[in-house]
Amino acid sequence: MSVGQVLLAATPALPAVGAAVVALLPAAADRGARVVGTIFAAVTFLASLLLYADRHAPSGSPVPGSAPSGPVRPWHELDLAWVPGLDLRFHLGVDGLSYPLVVLTALLTLLCCGYTLWHVPGTPREGFAASGAGRGRTLVALLLVVEVGILGTFLALDLVLFFVFFEIVLLPMYAVIAGWGGTAEPAEADPEPGRTPGPAPADARRSTPQQAAARKFALYTLFGSVLLLVGVLTVVTAAGTADIVALTGGAGLGRGTQLTAFTLLALAFAVKSPLWPLHSWLPDAHTQAPTVGSVILAGVLLKMGTYGLIRVAVGVAPEGARWAAPVLGVLAVAAIVVGSLVCLAQDELKRLIAYSSVGHMGFVLLGIATLTATGIQAALIGNIAHGVITGLLFFLAGAVKDRTHTGALAELGGLRETAPRLAGLLGFAAVASLGLPGLAGFWGEAFAVVAALERGGAFWTVLGVLAATGGALTAAYLLRLLRRVTHGRPAPRVARLTPELAGAELAAWSPLVLLALAIGLVPALVLGIAGEPVRSLLEALP
Amino acid sequence: MNGGVQAVDNVALLPAYLAAGTAVLVLLADLVVARRGVTLAVAAAGAVATVVGAVLVGRGGPRGTFCAAAGCSYHWTGRAALVAALFGLLTLGVLALSAPLLRTGDVPPGEYCFLLACSMTGGVVLGAANDLITLVVALETLTLPLYVLVGLRRRSRSGAEAAVTFFVVSVVATSLTLLGAALLYAVTGAVHLDALGTALAGESALAHTPLATAAVALVLLGLAFKVAAVPFHAWAPATYDGAPLPVAAYLSTASKLGGVVALLAVVSAALPAEVTGPVLALLAVLTMTVGNLVALRQERMVRLLAWSSVAQAGYVIAPLGALAVAGGRTPEAVAAALAATVAYTVFYVVLELAAFGAVVVLRPAGADGGAIDRYRGLGRRHRFTGAALVLALVGLAGLPPGLAGLFAKVTVVRALLEGASTWLAVVVALNAVVGLAYYVRVAALLYAPSPTEPAAGIRPAWPAVAALGAVSVVALVVGFAPQLVLDVAAR
Repeated sequence: MSVGQVLLAATPALPAVGAAVVALLPAAADRGARVVGTIFAAVTFLASLLLYADRHAPSGSPVPGSAPSGPVRPWHELDLAWVPGLDLRFHLGVDGLSYPLVVLTALLTLLCCGYTLWHVPGTPREGFAASGAGRGRTLVALLLVVEVGILGTFLALDLVLFFVFFEIVLLPMYAVIAGWGGTAEPAEADPEPGRTPGPAPADARRSTPQQAAARKFALYTLFGSVLLLVGVLTVVTAAGTADIVALTGGAGLGRGTQLTAFTLLALAFAVKSPLWPLHSWLPDAHTQAPTVGSVILAGVLLKMGTYGLIRVAVGVAPEGARWAAPVLGVLAVAAIVVGSLVCLAQDELKRLIAYSSVGHMGFVLLGIATLTATGIQAALIGNIAHGVITGLLFFLAGAVKDRTHTGALAELGGLRETAPRLAGLLGFAAVASLGLPGLAGFWGEAFAVVAALERGGAFWTVLGVLAATGGALTAAYLLRLLRRVTHGRPAPRVARLTPELAGAELAAWSPLVLLALAIGLVPALVLGIAGEPVRSLLEALP
Repeated sequence: MNGGVQAVDNVALLPAYLAAGTAVLVLLADLVVARRGVTLAVAAAGAVATVVGAVLVGRGGPRGTFCAAAGCSYHWTGRAALVAALFGLLTLGVLALSAPLLRTGDVPPGEYCFLLACSMTGGVVLGAANDLITLVVALETLTLPLYVLVGLRRRSRSGAEAAVTFFVVSVVATSLTLLGAALLYAVTGAVHLDALGTALAGESALAHTPLATAAVALVLLGLAFKVAAVPFHAWAPATYDGAPLPVAAYLSTASKLGGVVALLAVVSAALPAEVTGPVLALLAVLTMTVGNLVALRQERMVRLLAWSSVAQAGYVIAPLGALAVAGGRTPEAVAAALAATVAYTVFYVVLELAAFGAVVVLRPAGADGGAIDRYRGLGRRHRFTGAALVLALVGLAGLPPGLAGLFAKVTVVRALLEGASTWLAVVVALNAVVGLAYYVRVAALLYAPSPTEPAAGIRPAWPAVAALGAVSVVALVVGFAPQLVLDVAAR
């Protein structure tokens, strides 16, 4: 095995091993377990970074079938037999499409694990002491398992393997939302803020809001992934292979198969992305999820949908993609406009950011729907930018909620008077999110609109104009958010705050701030490596 | 056949001898030694010997005995070996899970083990049965001891009720199958599966007579009772819930396996696919949908598992539903459908046994499954047992980390797509979503905060814990190496 192949195998294997080690540590060693988990996340991040090195060495493509002229040209490739009876091979590869997402996943998981060193969400209530010990350990183990699934999805070059990794994410994320979600303390629903949190009342019999949100997330996304299963197997049985490298370009698939497959796959990825009108699981999940869960969910989990759309749906069934592109474009623009309008009326901080994700992912999907080089490049950089900025926004929203125990915009206000640093960072993230030129959010949104206009014709021009209008609305609601949260006189809950930020918070946030700046100033960081795979992908389309 | 005296191939019959011998030895051991541990050990050793014998004979290539001009009644093939080995292993697992129940003294150990061994004998012969009469006799040998086992607990009213329900429904089902078999004999003059297959093959006029169609439907419906397929499923939840937990485990694994084997035998060799395909497709859709929907509302653990096993029966027969369309009747598609059914069944019995095993270990000795709410927070206190139950439930739902269940679903959907039945594949897929709703409810409850302090810890019997550990390891292994199962299933 070459160095690249070792790294390729190590990238998803390290967090898997880490999760097992962390889970087996005794509950008493909670802090130690969190440290071990963070170390594993850090090593994974290093391994994912190193994938960039040595990428043009001839040892990178040892498989004779993958001639460098193909539509998918992985830098490194690892191809092992696993279940021949199901055409399932353990086939991993990394190229310019997946590399930025892989690094982003590893980075965000590392930041989240580091964040749990300082703060484990949902301090245990009295009355079930058993739930207190080992909570942080279990959370870190679950985050690492989620990382395995996401990394595997981005790295898989086998359709069935892609599906397997896609499914791995589901239940750990369910557990994170259900087990660590909700408000950290019952203060929100509590009329007297001074009361000590007592034993859980009789509502322990019924399912809590976070359980309901988690179940909605699990069932909705499973609905998507079973369609993915049928779509993937439709392709596999028709083509007789599950190799994404061989299948990209739609070789050997009839038009009928491609249309069926694309419909199923696009539906599956639309649930995950999420595309309006299949987005309704997202706001609930985000509102209830703990900070680290929201960061992973918005930062990289949604990208599995958009990445899958580019790599699998468009790659494998291009004729289907051409056929469905107008529908996809209309839905994407509807997502932008509807998401922005809903955001204008939102009164809850995390819910607002969650709905803003619907709008931002709408831009990404619009870029993909144009099926042009500009559009897909815009989608890729939009993916990364949204991951960085929304990750940061959720970290900040979590910090605000942890301090004030409320997310209601009406009860916030005047943040800059008592916590100027937090308010400043929130302002930065919001401005980045609304797409100010020079920050990361700009490129994806601007070029999605440009791609739609480039595509020409009345239809795409109208879509481009509408999307641009949606972009203006985005600015409106984010500025409204800032006005309500940071400006004005301090609300009672805000007045008690102190300006300090914990070192752990700064450590978790500063990489994201720097990345938002760096990608905004030098978009070539992402576009440079994505250019060539996008070109070859589009060349392969009929 | 030489000189009128039939040569009996005793090697082919060896696994059946071993299973029947186990039953006799258990009875003797109980009479002579009269100690619970010895009886259990003899039964377990017999089950192991049956497994070993089945595998050894199976490795030697196919053998047949009791042959007539039309074919052999007893045909020992690779698949028969697989079925017999599965029955032996399931019996072994259920014996181990029975240790806490036998310890309470509510159940006479000698009779209990004897009946289980008898049932195993039926299962071993069933895999090799190659004519309709042997098939029905083997299936009844498998089922008959279970009537008694269900109601064997002393001072248990629910057990007696469950036994009567089971008995009445099952007898009706058997008579339906027998009636169908008799009608088939009247139409074709054959009882051997291969001869029936030839007589009823596509172009022959016989296959399209109303009598033949009715006979085929009767045979299928009778067997549908055995796998608890809708609309012949209503006995299962009541019977499982009234039976002792290990017997419920046996019913939902071994007994169901028996039904599947019988269905496979008649569908693959004897009956015309044009008739069986639509019937099975309809049964599959109804079974998984009704099972999943009703399971959503269950408040008792065993009833939930029972309804879920009804739904699982739907997934098991779903691949055979591909025979309904012409694209599913090509030789490759039929082979894929049969292999997928066998593979799914194997994955299912492993996961189902693990689920019941975890329930046995989590509950006090001899108790029933209890209300689901009683399991609140148990996963926190019993870390490994809770994890095993979650693994089994998640596997039944078909999601990682229960990779065995995931690959089982993949196998079924794939076979359906190869058989050009995309609509049925979508139905299976959507049912998996409904299924997750109740599996995940139980799994989440295991880790929910419990408002009350737990009762003093229960010390489970070691054989039950060992069985749970072993079956969980098997579930993990076939999850990571599903090719092992796919290989034996394709034979």
